[in-house]
Amino acid sequence: MANVTLRSVRKTYPGGFEAIKGVDVDVGDGQFCVLVGPSGCGKSTLLRMVAGLETVTGGEIDIGGRVVNGIEPADRDIAMVFQNYALYPHMSVYNNMAYGLRNRGMAEAEIKTRVEEAARVLELSAMLERKPRQLSGGQRQRVAMGRAIVRQPKVFLFDEPLSNLDAKLRIAMRVEIRKLQRRLNTTSIYVTHDQLEAMTLADILVVMNGGQVEQVGNPLEIYEKPATTFVASFIGAPPMNLMSTRPEEIRSQLAGSNAADAGIVGIRPEDFVITDETPAGGVALPLTVEAIERVGAETFVYGSREQEDQRVAATPGELPPGEVIVRIPGTQAPAIGARIRVAAVRAKLHLFSGDGRKRIET
Amino acid sequence: MQKQAIFQSKLLPYALVAPQLAIVLIFFYWPALQAVIQSFLLQDAFGLSTSFVWFDNYLELFRERAYFEAILRTFFFSFAIAVSSLSFALLLAVMADKPLRGSMLYRTLLIWPYAVAPPVVGVLWIFMLHPSLGVLSRYLRALGIDWNPLLDGDQAAALIILAAAWKQISYNFLFFLAGLQSIPRSVIEAAAIDGARPMRRFWTVIFPLLSPTIFFLLVVNIVYAFFDTFGIIDTMTRGGPGKSTETLVYKVYTDGLLGGNLGSSAAQSVILMIMVIVLTGIQFRFVERKVTY
Repeated sequence: MANVTLRSVRKTYPGGFEAIKGVDVDVGDGQFCVLVGPSGCGKSTLLRMVAGLETVTGGEIDIGGRVVNGIEPADRDIAMVFQNYALYPHMSVYNNMAYGLRNRGMAEAEIKTRVEEAARVLELSAMLERKPRQLSGGQRQRVAMGRAIVRQPKVFLFDEPLSNLDAKLRIAMRVEIRKLQRRLNTTSIYVTHDQLEAMTLADILVVMNGGQVEQVGNPLEIYEKPATTFVASFIGAPPMNLMSTRPEEIRSQLAGSNAADAGIVGIRPEDFVITDETPAGGVALPLTVEAIERVGAETFVYGSREQEDQRVAATPGELPPGEVIVRIPGTQAPAIGARIRVAAVRAKLHLFSGDGRKRIET
Repeated sequence: MQKQAIFQSKLLPYALVAPQLAIVLIFFYWPALQAVIQSFLLQDAFGLSTSFVWFDNYLELFRERAYFEAILRTFFFSFAIAVSSLSFALLLAVMADKPLRGSMLYRTLLIWPYAVAPPVVGVLWIFMLHPSLGVLSRYLRALGIDWNPLLDGDQAAALIILAAAWKQISYNFLFFLAGLQSIPRSVIEAAAIDGARPMRRFWTVIFPLLSPTIFFLLVVNIVYAFFDTFGIIDTMTRGGPGKSTETLVYKVYTDGLLGGNLGSSAAQSVILMIMVIVLTGIQFRFVERKVTY
């Protein structure tokens, strides 16, 4: 049981490349923290620094009240699950799980109890004598989990543990990991690039971009109040519609409030309704339907605005300029080429400064 | 996709493999067959008459004490050369695998000795360790060691093993380095997190994962020590002093070409041939099974 605190942690490689540019995160005891961001944002590097596999070039990493900067991975009392599982291919499942305990000089009887308990929890009891190559991807994943839990460490670290599994298994394992973590109540840090995984697993979500933290908070809070346009478009699928407020069409609708300072307005696809009315202080847009995706419960409408605007601050998953996604109930489906009018109420607008770095509260 | 090529004519495929077959037949099977035939023949001292003697050459060989001594000596040399060059190469490979400044330079330099021909290796070591010319011999004598491999059989054997092992280190190093680099970094990191110190990590994770490479190299090194040390022995000791560095292959040469006993020499060649077939067989069996861990 421990909390993990990162205090202005930095990582600069010998070549001068700054991978982590000062990160402050505080993960409370027993909390599940997810680091999410696009590839190359430094989330894995940060996790490896917590594990002790990468050196820390600035700031402090504190696990359970002890600064661990100069401490070997073995002595940090952490366990890590790797993306490729990193099982020992020459050892049986049992020995894979027992290895860490043997290295710490635990009695063989106690090892047996712990490994068998972990195997029971993870439904691996029938496979203890098998070698990793005789297991399926999901089973290997569970052995990697087992290897972590038998140690009963202070902190679990997960480095994209589900990215090698197929979609169905990924969802099942995601639920498993969450249940297991709740039951063991062990502080966990989990790295992923999948925003859905991040949303569903996290107690605390840390959205990273370019070696910096964009936003830290409760996942729903982040979804509802993204701090930057990067977070707005990264969290949520399909991404938030981000539009410049410069075109007269939008500017006139936002007039008469602090929204006038905003350079960018964001509206989530589900916050639009097809209507002819214009809500007071909200935004209404005429669209031409370009494409439709019907996925059953909902329909995604891809529309283009009459008035093209220039690109807003570059963000991942960004829509082409002038394109708007609208999510409507699966029962509706406008015809392609139809001209519709969509509107979002004032409370559903997200306003950002012109560079996308600052959220403006309405 | 069609895997099998289709030929219109039945002769064309045979014509295409004919050059390769001809080379194999003329340069490998023909001499081998000659050796087998020769091993059943006995010539008189002047080479004037030849008689067919069935297995007499072989029986003679097995009655000869010197032959058994040569077998034992060869096994000992193989073992010593394989173990010393493998362990030293592994040590170097582990060092070179570390992220060091200029590691590419080390790696390249460590591979160079492989390009040196065996007789040249012999000459190089002679220059260093010859009792009167050798650079190192002076220091050895200064240390109070009575160093004279030209007279002392054990020292001569040590010299041969040293030179032969040295030459093979490069080859082994190359394979070990490749083997080490094919071990996923994350497995070693997992072991580090699992509380294994570097030495324990090496013996419980890295070494077992290298075992297929080690086995492969063991066979290769034994074959090398058996057959390819001829050049080194010939330049350094010529099998002497006495017969203290005469291996099976060198004995084939001395008995046949120097001693003129072609029958016995051929019989020895045939025995060596059988040995190499067995060794290759073992290797193929295990290499085909691929995984030994």
